[in-house]
Amino acid sequence: MNINIKAATAALLATATFLMAQPAIAEVYAQNPNLGNTPMEGTATFEAFGGKEGLVKIMDDFMIGLVADPRTKPFFDNNKQTFIKAMLVEQMCELMNGGCKYPGRDMKASHANMKVNREGFNALVEQFQFAMDKHNVPFSAQNKLLAKLAPMYREIETTTGDAVPPVFPKAE
Amino acid sequence: MKTIQKQAQALLCNSLLASAVAVIFATSALADELNYSNKLLLTGGVSQVEGAAGGGLTPWAVIGGYGTNNEVGGSVHYTYVKTGDYKLDTYGFTIGLFDRVEFSVAEQSFDLGKLRNKVTAGLGADVFGRNQLTQTIVGLKVRVAGEAILDADTWMPQIAVGLQYKDNDETDFIKSAVIGAKSDHGTDVYVSATKLLLAQNLLLNGTLRLTKANQFGLLGFGGDKHDSYQPMLELSAAYLLRKDLAIGAEYRMKPDNLRSPANDLLFGGANVVDLKEDDAFDVFIAYAPTKNISLTAAYVNLGNIATVKAVGADYGNQEGVYLSAQIGF
Ligand code: HEM
Repeated sequence: MNINIKAATAALLATATFLMAQPAIAEVYAQNPNLGNTPMEGTATFEAFGGKEGLVKIMDDFMIGLVADPRTKPFFDNNKQTFIKAMLVEQMCELMNGGCKYPGRDMKASHANMKVNREGFNALVEQFQFAMDKHNVPFSAQNKLLAKLAPMYREIETTTGDAVPPVFPKAE
Repeated sequence: MKTIQKQAQALLCNSLLASAVAVIFATSALADELNYSNKLLLTGGVSQVEGAAGGGLTPWAVIGGYGTNNEVGGSVHYTYVKTGDYKLDTYGFTIGLFDRVEFSVAEQSFDLGKLRNKVTAGLGADVFGRNQLTQTIVGLKVRVAGEAILDADTWMPQIAVGLQYKDNDETDFIKSAVIGAKSDHGTDVYVSATKLLLAQNLLLNGTLRLTKANQFGLLGFGGDKHDSYQPMLELSAAYLLRKDLAIGAEYRMKPDNLRSPANDLLFGGANVVDLKEDDAFDVFIAYAPTKNISLTAAYVNLGNIATVKAVGADYGNQEGVYLSAQIGF
């Protein structure tokens, strides 16, 4: 009986560890501490995005959408736009195995001086989907990238209450 | 007594529904202005046939409505199921609180007029006395772990536990010798696990339900074959074609509790009134033209419900259409 309980607990623990384990994370951070997730294998998705050129165009429209959306406007209607777009291009390019090296900060540090909630996070994902749609990125390629980005909510979201945007000067 | 209580209940349900509709329209007008709401498209599921957020037949672990973890969301829905010889109408509302707790109320009305006519003609007596069987379902669901949509890098699904309290209005009929149900009310208890495999465009759900309900509760609870809780497995898979369009299939085990007492009483034990219950399955397409509206169409197969071959009611395989519309915020 005792042994059974022990065995059951061990099995449960093993299952739980298996379920919770984020297999590649230790590896990722050794490889690339700031990227936020492991890069993809192969370059099919990167090509579906139109390579780095395609990414630059998508990020331009993405930023326009973020500034137009009342939920994200307070975060992006400022003089950081060019910098954020450039960082996003490098990050997405590296995540899609496009041969780039993301030079920015990790996701926790880059979103530390603001409070992002789930509405803000989902709003950003939606605006990203609009931008990708506009540039005819196939739905399944979009989801391959979104699958790399979605888990970053754990580092980026810092509140379940009201959003607090960072204070930056307006863009000229 | 029961009728008065029922009328009061129906009134309450209707007025709750009316206020839910009012809130939803007010909110959706607002949302239209902003043109957004805050959960991602289709990620709240649709309203399943008993009113919980899920697929068509099965509750999922997602919380209904488009509210996120600091918002309240909700929806109203109407579902029409027409099989060869029966019809089921369901309407109700679902409220989601902070992406954590879901509360739902649904009214179901099952039309067996065709069977009634056959049996009445065959026997020369109307043993049914009604064309409709109606019931109220009150549901509660709590998300206990996981994040179905965003945790795309782990196998950990979103897990919820829920219950559905079902109160059938047709006590006399479902407990009569024709059906032989043991009770006119019952509570289903379930646990659901839902996972979106985002990179594969695939959503999977498994639900384990403990139930005594006959045909969702429309034919009461428990019967001469079984009168105890039994575990039933329900499975759904949906493939996302676009962010606003999904196709999928579902399978739902159902208990088989009923044996008509009339068979022994009147027909010397022959299975004249055949109430054998089968598992259900469907193949669906769900479309969300906007954040506030989702439409589901399905082929559904409910198997046998009630067959009385002796009077020409050979209704063995009930397959047909499932159509559902939902307005939410
Ligand atoms: C998966 C989702 C997201 C990704 C991949 C992402 C990525 C990034 C990257 C790469 C940077 C620049 C990093 C650096 O400073 O070195 C950045 C900065 C920033 N992000 Fe995000 N972000 C995400 C979600 C969000 C959300 C939801 C918001 C707000 C609603 C937001 C607001 C900002 C702001 C305001 C900055 C500039 C911060 C600064 O320069 O101090 N981000 N993000």
